[in-house]
Amino acid sequence: MEQAVQAEEIRPPVTNIGVIGWIKNNLFNGVLNSILTLVTLFLLWKIVPPLFRWAFIDSAWHTTGQACRQAAGACWSIISMNYRFILFGFYPYEQQWRPFIAMMILFGLLFYSRDRNHWKKPLAYAWIIGLFTMGLLMKGGIFGLPSVESTQWGGLPLTLLLAVFGLTAAYPLGVILALGRRSKMRGVKVLCILYIELIRGVPLISLLFMSSIIFPLFLPEGITINKILRAQAAIILFTAAYIAEVVRGGLQAMSRGQYEAAESIGLNYYLTMRLVILPQALKIVIPPTVSILISAFKDTSLVVIIALFDLLKTTQSVLSNPEWMGFSREAYVFVAILYFLGCFSMSNYSRKLERELSRGD
Amino acid sequence: MIGFKDSAISEKTPFWLDPKKRAIFFQLLTFCMVGLLAYYLISNTLNNLEKQKIATGFSFLQKESSFEIGESLISYSAASTYARALLVGALNTIKVAFIGIVITILLGTIVGVARLSTNWLVSKLAAIYIEVMQDIPILLQLFFWYAIFYETMPSPEQALNPGAGIFLSNRGVAFTIPEVHPAHKYMLLVFLVGCAIVYMIRRWARKRQEKTGQFFPTFRVGIAILLGLPFITWLAFGAPLKMDAPKFVGFNFQGGLMVSPEFIALLMGLILYTTAFVAEVVRAGIQSVSKGQKEAAMSIGLRPPLVLNLVILPQALRVIVPPLTSQMLNLTKNSSLAVAIGYPDFVSVANTTINQTGQSIEGVALIMVVYLFFSLSTSVFMNWYNKKVALVER
Repeated sequence: MEQAVQAEEIRPPVTNIGVIGWIKNNLFNGVLNSILTLVTLFLLWKIVPPLFRWAFIDSAWHTTGQACRQAAGACWSIISMNYRFILFGFYPYEQQWRPFIAMMILFGLLFYSRDRNHWKKPLAYAWIIGLFTMGLLMKGGIFGLPSVESTQWGGLPLTLLLAVFGLTAAYPLGVILALGRRSKMRGVKVLCILYIELIRGVPLISLLFMSSIIFPLFLPEGITINKILRAQAAIILFTAAYIAEVVRGGLQAMSRGQYEAAESIGLNYYLTMRLVILPQALKIVIPPTVSILISAFKDTSLVVIIALFDLLKTTQSVLSNPEWMGFSREAYVFVAILYFLGCFSMSNYSRKLERELSRGD
Repeated sequence: MIGFKDSAISEKTPFWLDPKKRAIFFQLLTFCMVGLLAYYLISNTLNNLEKQKIATGFSFLQKESSFEIGESLISYSAASTYARALLVGALNTIKVAFIGIVITILLGTIVGVARLSTNWLVSKLAAIYIEVMQDIPILLQLFFWYAIFYETMPSPEQALNPGAGIFLSNRGVAFTIPEVHPAHKYMLLVFLVGCAIVYMIRRWARKRQEKTGQFFPTFRVGIAILLGLPFITWLAFGAPLKMDAPKFVGFNFQGGLMVSPEFIALLMGLILYTTAFVAEVVRAGIQSVSKGQKEAAMSIGLRPPLVLNLVILPQALRVIVPPLTSQMLNLTKNSSLAVAIGYPDFVSVANTTINQTGQSIEGVALIMVVYLFFSLSTSVFMNWYNKKVALVER
């Protein structure tokens, strides 16, 4: 009884619990760590307040370019005055609600697809209908919507379009390539290996060059395919090779027993793959597939080099306007934030998914 | 009777149900389709080339290029051939990739270790760095650094002078370097000889330790040889100390070592971007070595440097090297984005060549072949290294 009372009375020293304890354990445990903390704090104190001042206090938010040059801080006016052009490019001004709604549909679908309980057949149909509607909204020409040529598409919708359609088309191609690479048929296997290694060995930019300058030569005379579609094809062919490698990892992780069991109940190759192997293999590789989606999203920015007006290119053309020349930092920071938001939410989602899948439900 | 019936069935198996024959059929079909597609594309291309009167073949390589290249490791002028221009581009690619890879591995290791630090502040900062850099396209980062350099740096007349002999301006960074002297050539030669000597000493020391158990301080002796031999050579040549300082003449700096803003922006973008990925690779590698390994090594009396050298690193490197290789390859491939900011790398020179000669097929084929060569040679090297590291495991 007495012991119990004593045990209650002796409490851990204040230096080991609470805020002080936490600081002691995480910032000042040992000489080296203390020095490291102090140095880091000093650097932060040197960098963060001036940066904050530049970005928020001394900055101009909604002025003309001339007024911006007087401000000591950041010129966010370049964004607020030009956001419509940066986001939508040369899409006709009065019609810009159409790409806006298309993007909203895309975000809505993505948001709805977050929950794994929704991954059923209707969702696939919803995606097909959604993608179709988006294309229709962008293109127009029916239901009284004026037609907008794809040469006028630009900005964020173009970036998203290239990424989303690129991935949806590259995925089946990648799966086929992966199956081909694991095939027992020598000829097919060699072809697939050649394709995958060739594509993975060269930079995306060489494929984009190919699409913009060589591809027109491939077609018979008189037939032309527009530039966006050609760049899209290059992105699809490129992404497919990477997806193939990821899917191959999933196929290799399947035990032999799965194949043998499927064969023993008399399934042929197609049914074995469709009903037994692929559903399991593709589930394993969801997290790496999301990281491919992230890099495909980032890689779409490369179309700048073949002069497509994606998000980065519209920003650059604002910067080449004499009124806004010299505010590259602000403009690029804005674009970087957009890309960061997209990629960060995807990678966060991928981590969450990984946790759920490894929990085994 | 039953046996007879069975064989009758197997004889009657139609050929379209025989997996072997079917496989042959499918492969023939695939080859036919690929062949037909290739034939269609090639015949169209040849037709178009003829109609548009575009020359074919690689004879343009011997022609005069008639364009200037901003920076070059070998002598080059507008009168040189296209082949030489492309060589200049390839060397520029190798230059930026090599420097980038060395610095990225160093920085990536530091950030990766910082991510695992017990210091909360350092670890969180490293985590933020990794996440932010991974989520912003490399091309955007290149544009950003290039714009920062161009917009914030003063003109050469008012160049910043942050340290002795260094000048920062929007034309690039000018460094003071030792003036060219024949001693440098011999110093390099002696250094290479030193490398060979150190290698042999290391082998001898290993053998001796295996035989007698005596330890030889290879690392300290090696450093002494590598630094000492060139130093002695330098003294033997009378210790030439003359420096080549950049001077402002006319519109720009002359003399010294001039590094262009394009090169700096490209290098910085590549390093900062790839460092984030390498840091994740390093972190995963270190975490893959279980704590017990370290404790076991310490319990048999190894001192901390030896624990790291003999126990932790060999195991961590096995996990680190394969993904590290692919990151290094990514860096090399990403260096092709130089074309967007005007650094004359291989793609950029090839692009100019295509624009001048109109021979796009040959140009793009050259780009692909060169990058395939880079990736294949890197993977051959890394496979060799992998095998070596894997042998340590036994």
